[in-house]
Amino acid sequence: MMRELYTQVIMDHCQRPRNQGKLEDADLEEHLLNPLCGDEVVVYAAFDGDRVAEVRFSGRGCAISQASASMMTERLSGKSLKEAEAEIEMFKEQMVGKKEFPKLDDLAALKGVVKYPSRVKCAILAWSAFHEGLSKGGRGSEELAIPEE
Amino acid sequence: MYDVEKVRTEFPILGRKVGGKDLVYLDNAATSQKPRRVLEALNEYYEEHNANIHRGVHRLSEEATSAYEGSRGKVARFLGAPEETGLVFTRGTTESVNLVAHAWGRKELREGDEVVLTEVEHHSNLVPWQLAARATGAKLRFVPVLEDGTLDMEEAARLIGPRTKMVAAVHASNVLATINPVERLAELAHEAGALMLVDGAQSAPHLPVNVEALGCDFFACSGHKMLGPTGVGVLWGRPEVLEEMDPFLGGGEMIREVHLDHSTWNDPPHKFEAGTMNIAQVVGFGAAVDYLKGLRMENVREHERRLGEYAYQRLSELEGITIHGPTEDRTGIASFTLPDVHPHDLSQLLDEEGIAIRSGHHCTQPLMRRLGVVATARASFYLYNTEEEVDALVDALARAREFFGAFV
Repeated sequence: MMRELYTQVIMDHCQRPRNQGKLEDADLEEHLLNPLCGDEVVVYAAFDGDRVAEVRFSGRGCAISQASASMMTERLSGKSLKEAEAEIEMFKEQMVGKKEFPKLDDLAALKGVVKYPSRVKCAILAWSAFHEGLSKGGRGSEELAIPEE
Repeated sequence: MYDVEKVRTEFPILGRKVGGKDLVYLDNAATSQKPRRVLEALNEYYEEHNANIHRGVHRLSEEATSAYEGSRGKVARFLGAPEETGLVFTRGTTESVNLVAHAWGRKELREGDEVVLTEVEHHSNLVPWQLAARATGAKLRFVPVLEDGTLDMEEAARLIGPRTKMVAAVHASNVLATINPVERLAELAHEAGALMLVDGAQSAPHLPVNVEALGCDFFACSGHKMLGPTGVGVLWGRPEVLEEMDPFLGGGEMIREVHLDHSTWNDPPHKFEAGTMNIAQVVGFGAAVDYLKGLRMENVREHERRLGEYAYQRLSELEGITIHGPTEDRTGIASFTLPDVHPHDLSQLLDEEGIAIRSGHHCTQPLMRRLGVVATARASFYLYNTEEEVDALVDALARAREFFGAFV
């Protein structure tokens, strides 16, 4: 049972997170808390024109939230802003069971979480943060455009 | 002699299985399970006496009123309240604190006044005061918590002074397993001319409580954490203080005379019980305190003190574990963190084995920040838990670490 939830891929990402750590001079930096448990995530992105050049994350959380954040950084790097938004939307629908995960998709490793509604929030935390960052304008938002003295 | 096995037979839910395993329920600080006689009291009320209370001139209404008011007397005596008129039924501790912060706070607090709380408060004894402070311009001050989980009482004596109008503190922490010296805080409050509110959500279910001996002016607790139904709790207040307070909610029963442009208020406690209350739940709460009284709270405390110590000792065997709070004088709560498995993942893995614990911030985000963690795992025991269940917890934690360790 637990192997369906804590899959090899999830545990690998959780114990060897990709793209972890603050990104200096990020075009997007968004902090999000899971109010249910206090877990926190910060996502960072650098943009190149309308493409997402680099995505990183930091924060503290459970295996599911850390692994999902790590997988997100890989998934969204190199995508156009529009594609990134569509990916986030699709992932959220998959996590609430509205859409199926394609068979060969890495993210399908998170499929087991769908059965545990209390953990779905953990899985989508980083994705929601990224979405929030994009909707605030991401790159070019006034807050981020102000250079530090 | 306290017979825990006999006690267990009186709680039907303890016989159930979770995923084929015996339920080990260790989330009692969140809510307790209910003994058969509480469930029977609810049923009996609905099957034989159900009616609205206080104003019906018919047999059922009289019976329902007498059962409801009978519970008031039972709970008042259980808490050592000198008279029943100080005992107000609410939805629970949260509503009780909100009642005081609103009905007392909005009337009495002024700009420059101070409300002294502690760093270990549950959000329910913090956020209502933040709202009251925002509405009145009063300031909140906080008694710090020391490394061992106890309160810095020297700092408390310094903080509580002429500007203090209210001291509000948690009696037993829902995270640290501490029992705070609220008697001393009440003395400090009264020396400064302030009032004292005690959040008893985690003390009334587990320790003998006597509001007179505590010397407080308000005491709040929840029925569902002490074997009673959800949806009912109490605020005990000194009758002379309740008398001076404004009403909280307006509506039926809390009034004396109503005109189109103004009204006058009923006497306490009815002044604070607007609308139809949770009558059945109040009746069930009465059955719960009867049951606790039958077991004697001294025995309950002793059983949990031993269990808490045993759990502390057994959990300490896990390498690298941090158990929050003091090493001695603990209640039956064990909040802990392991370096290798996040609390969320722990409770998920334990659930697979039928063991219910809690993980998260336990509605104490400021305390979590103070402890330097985002979340802890928490096992909380009650009068029906056993040493075998502690062993089951520790074994399951060891297996959870193995499970996670296997992937490294």
